[in-house]
Amino acid sequence: MAFDKMELRDIEVWDGNHAAAQALRQAQVDVLAAYPITPSTPIVEGYAKFKSDNYVEGEFVMVESEHAAMSGCIGAAAAGGRVATATSSQGLALMVETLYQASGMRLPIVLNIVNRALAAPLNVNGDHSDMYLCRDSGWIQFDAFSPQEAYDLNFIAFKVSEDHDVRLPAIVNQDGFITSHTAQGVHTMADDDAYNFVGEYKPMNDMLDFENPVTHGVQTEEDWHFEHKARQHNDMMTKVSPKIEEAFSDFEKLTGRKYNQVECYDMDDADVAVVCMGTSVETAREVAGEMRAKGLKAGVVGLRVVRPFPFAEIGNVLKDIKAVAALDRSAPGGAAGVLFNEIAGSLFNTDSKMLLSGYIYGLGGRDLLKSHLVDLFNELQANADAGKVLTQQQQFIGVRGPKLAYL
Amino acid sequence: MANKGWDEFEIGAMLRSFDGKIDECSAFTPQRDRNYSQNNSHVASVADWRLIKPVFNKDYCIDCQFCWIYCPDVSIISRDKKLIGVDMDHCKGCGICVEVCPTNPKSLLMFPEQADEETELANWPAKDEEK
Repeated sequence: MAFDKMELRDIEVWDGNHAAAQALRQAQVDVLAAYPITPSTPIVEGYAKFKSDNYVEGEFVMVESEHAAMSGCIGAAAAGGRVATATSSQGLALMVETLYQASGMRLPIVLNIVNRALAAPLNVNGDHSDMYLCRDSGWIQFDAFSPQEAYDLNFIAFKVSEDHDVRLPAIVNQDGFITSHTAQGVHTMADDDAYNFVGEYKPMNDMLDFENPVTHGVQTEEDWHFEHKARQHNDMMTKVSPKIEEAFSDFEKLTGRKYNQVECYDMDDADVAVVCMGTSVETAREVAGEMRAKGLKAGVVGLRVVRPFPFAEIGNVLKDIKAVAALDRSAPGGAAGVLFNEIAGSLFNTDSKMLLSGYIYGLGGRDLLKSHLVDLFNELQANADAGKVLTQQQQFIGVRGPKLAYL
Repeated sequence: MANKGWDEFEIGAMLRSFDGKIDECSAFTPQRDRNYSQNNSHVASVADWRLIKPVFNKDYCIDCQFCWIYCPDVSIISRDKKLIGVDMDHCKGCGICVEVCPTNPKSLLMFPEQADEETELANWPAKDEEK
């Protein structure tokens, strides 16, 4: 059945959800199995509307839970189709078991996660608890800081994930509401250009290849399990990053928009720097600019690729910075924050004298204010001047009540 | 199966049923002539946890094929519509074949895994007279 193409203006006013839905339409997904949850619902709802209006010819499978949504995606991916879905928070938590199945079975699936806090207490607003929940699931993870990036990174996610040297599923994160429901100008690609960038889906070991019957989802015990997991980790560590670089480069040639695994802003001569993700990057950049006007050499690092964690890249960017803050938007549950740990890991056993402090912020959609970041940059400068971290290594910012600091 | 290293097998814990391509005629190729791969459980015993086993008594069998149809593991061996035995490398001992057997006495009965087949056949129950 033929489907219609959509005429887009060069710049459309889209929120992050609509941008992601448009990307799924242009990538011509074969199967989308989905269950709604705030704030990601408009992505799959948008795709469903495109289907009703004859802009896509894929299958939309309405299922009974997020667990079933990803299970449907896994079946469709094993069958040999381009597959995607979207979820958030509690839905992702229910989906997690199947995330490990998808990556272990080496099935390329694109999952849009609109980041939202995890209950209890129940909360629909944005933080990175759900992103962190699946950090060890073996999925490639991208992070979009804006609707434009949510749109662009979906194409890159399909291209990398479906590469036969990679064959690992990919997540595109965007902040709940602040990105997903905030309309901004988004530079679009024409339908043909977008589809050609992703390319026609190339099946591998697909179940619909009747001449080569395969069994997917096998059981291995102590005799084989370790070897399969080792292979999966090896491919994640060695094969994904070059393919991401290649996709970023091809995408720049097509659109002029340049992405990096580690996005650097004002970092060339910086003394102090904030490392963060999501919409906080934009806030931090604005404050860094204002701090520079006051004579403080402030920079910002935004983590574009969360998994595989760009150890070498982030180590290179931060090794000569005097004081760095790792901003984690997730309750750490009895440990240092994830970003704190990864950054520390990337510079441990090196000659770097970087001073690192961790901050927990923005839980349940609490705003990260510019005043918070002004205080934070001043704290970093004080650390840099003193040559040691003057505060405890983990602090909470933006929370009411007595100051919380640990470690 | 050889103890291959992590870099020596196809990704995704995916197993091929056959060595090489199959064509549309494969469905008509007898099982014994199919080119099963070593990963296919056709050539492996997957029955080592069986605790009770079916014993087949051909004296009473009417070749109705009920057991062949109902066996969930395709473990009833039938040739030319004649039941010739049970594939003990794949039978899990579920007893469904015995349950569906319509003869009197039954042509298949379950016995402990260690039971001696000759002895059980010699002591096969008599016809259950209707009252």
